Amino acid sequence: MSAQKLDLSLYGVLIAAGILVPLLAPAFTSQMAILWLMVLMAVTWDMTGGQMGYNSLGNIAFFGIGMYASAVVQIGIVYDVAEYTAAFGAIKVDFTVEQYWTGLLLGIGFGGVVATVFALIIGPFMLGLRGPYFAIGTLGLAVAVAELVSGWSYVGGGSGISMPVFPGEAASGSQVFYVLLFVLAILAHVVIRAIYKTRFGLAINAIRDDEDKAEAMGIHTTRYKVTAWMVPAFFMGMAGAVFGNMSGFIEPLEVAFPTATFGIFMVAMALLGGKGTVWGPVLGAILFHIVKEVTWTHLLGWQWVALGAIIIINIVYFQQGILGWAQDRWPSLFGVTVDEKTTRTGQAEAAK
Amino acid sequence: MFDNISILFQAPIFAVDLLVQGLLIGGIFVLAAYGLALVWGVMNVKNLAQGDMVILGGYVAYQCTLWGIHPILALPIAFVVLFVLGWGVYAAIIRRVVDRDMFTSLLATFGLSLLIQQALNLRFGPEVKIAEAGFGTFDIGELSIPAIRFVGLGLAAVLAICIVLFMRNSRMGQAIRATSQDPRAARVLGINTDQVYAFTYALNAAICGAAGVLVAMIWNIQPFYGLVHSIRAFIIVTAAGLGNLPGVIVAGFGLGVWENYSGFIFGAEFAVAAVVGLLVVVLMVRLFQMYRLRQVVR
Amino acid sequence: MRFLKMDLRAATVAAALTVSLGLAAAPAEAKVEGDTIILGSAISLTGKYSTNGIHAQNGYELGVKMINDNGGVKVGGKSYKLKVVYYDDESTPARGAQLAERLINQDGVKYMLGPYSSGLTKAIAPVTEKYKIPMVEAEGASRSLFTQGYRYLFAVLSTSEQYLASSIELAAEIAKKNGKKPSDVKVAMAFENDPFSLDVRAGVVDDAKRFGMKIVIDDKLPRDLSDMTSTLTKVKALKPDLLVISGHSKGAATAARQIAELKISTPMIAMTHCEAAKVISKFGAGATEGILCPTQWAETLSYKDDLFGTAAEYDALFKKSFEGYKNVPYQAAQATAAVMVWKDAFERANSFDSEALRDAIADTDMDTFYGGIKFSPAGNNIAKPMVLRQIQDGNLNVVAPLKWASSEARHPRQPKY
Repeated sequence: MSAQKLDLSLYGVLIAAGILVPLLAPAFTSQMAILWLMVLMAVTWDMTGGQMGYNSLGNIAFFGIGMYASAVVQIGIVYDVAEYTAAFGAIKVDFTVEQYWTGLLLGIGFGGVVATVFALIIGPFMLGLRGPYFAIGTLGLAVAVAELVSGWSYVGGGSGISMPVFPGEAASGSQVFYVLLFVLAILAHVVIRAIYKTRFGLAINAIRDDEDKAEAMGIHTTRYKVTAWMVPAFFMGMAGAVFGNMSGFIEPLEVAFPTATFGIFMVAMALLGGKGTVWGPVLGAILFHIVKEVTWTHLLGWQWVALGAIIIINIVYFQQGILGWAQDRWPSLFGVTVDEKTTRTGQAEAAK
Repeated sequence: MFDNISILFQAPIFAVDLLVQGLLIGGIFVLAAYGLALVWGVMNVKNLAQGDMVILGGYVAYQCTLWGIHPILALPIAFVVLFVLGWGVYAAIIRRVVDRDMFTSLLATFGLSLLIQQALNLRFGPEVKIAEAGFGTFDIGELSIPAIRFVGLGLAAVLAICIVLFMRNSRMGQAIRATSQDPRAARVLGINTDQVYAFTYALNAAICGAAGVLVAMIWNIQPFYGLVHSIRAFIIVTAAGLGNLPGVIVAGFGLGVWENYSGFIFGAEFAVAAVVGLLVVVLMVRLFQMYRLRQVVR
Repeated sequence: MRFLKMDLRAATVAAALTVSLGLAAAPAEAKVEGDTIILGSAISLTGKYSTNGIHAQNGYELGVKMINDNGGVKVGGKSYKLKVVYYDDESTPARGAQLAERLINQDGVKYMLGPYSSGLTKAIAPVTEKYKIPMVEAEGASRSLFTQGYRYLFAVLSTSEQYLASSIELAAEIAKKNGKKPSDVKVAMAFENDPFSLDVRAGVVDDAKRFGMKIVIDDKLPRDLSDMTSTLTKVKALKPDLLVISGHSKGAATAARQIAELKISTPMIAMTHCEAAKVISKFGAGATEGILCPTQWAETLSYKDDLFGTAAEYDALFKKSFEGYKNVPYQAAQATAAVMVWKDAFERANSFDSEALRDAIADTDMDTFYGGIKFSPAGNNIAKPMVLRQIQDGNLNVVAPLKWASSEARHPRQPKY
């Protein structure tokens, strides 16, 4: 089976699962929605982390910024935002169905755009940092943005914002958000996969392999790096907007900027599946989410200890991840041709 | 904000108060930052679990007070406990990431940090804990300063001097310095670098543990407070540069003072943001310095 | 690119299919298994609220156990037992909302008990409302929960704006007694930056405005609070007449300690969560003398009911049932009260229909060891006041409201640092 055919059938499986599972087991809709969110996070993280070698610990900032941007738009088209937040949710705003949908769609688009613009502004500064400095800097950035938002009274500060309530039937709300996250996740993967096939994809791979040489070859590294960060920002921003509406109540530290949960999950998932591979982050996210949902509630506290242990074991003993390992083992399946002469076994045979 | 600044000008005694309190707390920041500079410089490991080791040391002190041991006496206990633990962590995890790319060590220690936090949370619960030393308060004119802050600074100074002397004079200290200069040459000259690394990491953990005892006596501890301590250590080391002990000391005290003043002027809601924001600023400054350097090279 | 287009088309078709077909969701089954009525709750067993989350869970469990041991719940002439299904929400609102959906959709829970904290309740209430599942909650005090027009949300506790309101009134009274105007009173505020504390703050701001008091400090404490020096230095500089603090247990512990260390001489200090933070035993009676502590419930009050007896008897029973409690936190008592509301509602409605139960809960009018319970149309309990206690010689004595007061408020406070 060629690599492209394999990809095509994987998309088929994912889409079929995405449609069938909520149909056959409607009770699992919201858990499946989170699954798609996880897939989106892992896949978009991998674009800079895996393919470009810039390991961000702060992509969650885009998620929260998108969430807050959409909240401001959605409330702002009907009511004065400052007044709404100053009342700590004591004001109940009735949205007409039409206002709700306009607000939601505008909000999602706006969330994506604001997050992208944010990446564009801070990108040139943050992406100038190399290696671990970038990771620490982005972690600091995410925490700083979260703290600043929680001190900013216009958006309600630490008391958060109650989002507009979904009009219509009870179950239909979670279905709509499910579909939105599902479409976003698939779209993100398709777009990012398409990008990898272009010159742009080669350029960011070159940056990962040796940035100075890439620059010497005439690649405008900063431009490429910032653009490559704006793509995850766009999708994370939109996903944040959807997730905020799905949660119903948003608040800076736990919902919008969960650095210690979602912010780390996305890295862990991408590493588990295999960072720098097209399907690794998807596989990692699905495995991680299923294991988490099945075992999490039964472990009572130990799940977090286990999470720390999993990250350590993963990074120390199994760094290439599941697909990374498979790719080393069966390179032809992944459309990778190996120059036998440069591998160790190849050299050994040549020596003979 | 401007009201708050004007208070400082109208009643300068409070400006002095904030300055003194900030300097006193800065000593502890210096300790944790020195430990980080050590592992960073010698073995090139970015220890994101730094703050969590500090908090772990604090819980050792808290546990000692539960057993009826005075928290000051818990200082050597925490030092030893964390030393052993640090050695264990090195053998299990760090040994395998020393030679890898630097993000690996960062992420591995991040996992370690989660592990420590959550284990502490399971054992001690999420409420804040204090190891009460019961020293009362010093009154100097209008200033009232908790005596424990002076004691803490004194202990930090004694510990720092001991460590510096150890690094200068002992065989192990010399081996550590040699390894940090050129690990390959050190190996050729018969230094067991693996052991040196293990010792360095364990020593860092021990220093953090001692700093944690001071934090538990002066402030308070909670399983999830580690990250801010880690960020502080990173700010100080990044601002001072590696291998610059006086720089670490100045930056540490400066950070303590900055925290108190920014909390006073911007309001407590921006206290953490002010610390973390400073990290981003320091990194940016370093970045521009590097750009300048690159232009010169060109 | 052709390939990309195909993907997009497939995705669009898939999305359209999901929308059209997916809307026909099957409802979960009603949840009465044999002779057991299943209640559901997402509660914080881990994470930053776990201490109080576990108090609440113990409260629920004690309520369930006592009801089951004393004849259970009688519906339609048959006696049913109660059982609560718990999920750990990890103290995060997003997780809480997910778990509420899971309880309702996957476990078919039709009757809900609340989570711990206002933030979690704010996240879960829209879910229960959406599915028209009645929820009796005991730990979400935020006033904004009761202005949303929720039909299925009922709270047995007093709302957040009442927490420190009585201390503002007390400050006004004392000012009048000393020949000053209430509007001369200077107030300093330090509240944690989280939904609950900011709601308490909103109540304080409203009351201070009503008396025309001047707010001189308005600091919001960060979540990772370990040092209040800069805020307290401001207090020293501006010398307010009243200092109010709210920041859950860790805020109370940090504040009580540093107030003593920095020898803050403000004549009147009020803070929430003194009992939960055990400030008296930690920092001594001398240092904490005169601090005002609002509470939802105290074991010294003369409330009583048929199941648990008096408040003091509940206190004794709770200590006997669960190890390691020196005082019974009010968080546990109100959780037990929430279970009692459910029992009462089942018996009066004599049905398992959630609409009938919702109406029965709305009509609740009962006396419990926790105080009277009667819901306003908005769903909050209007039959029970908040009480204000003061630390006097190491004891917590009720000083307001006058109906329950056991001793007079001491002013100015005279701590021995």
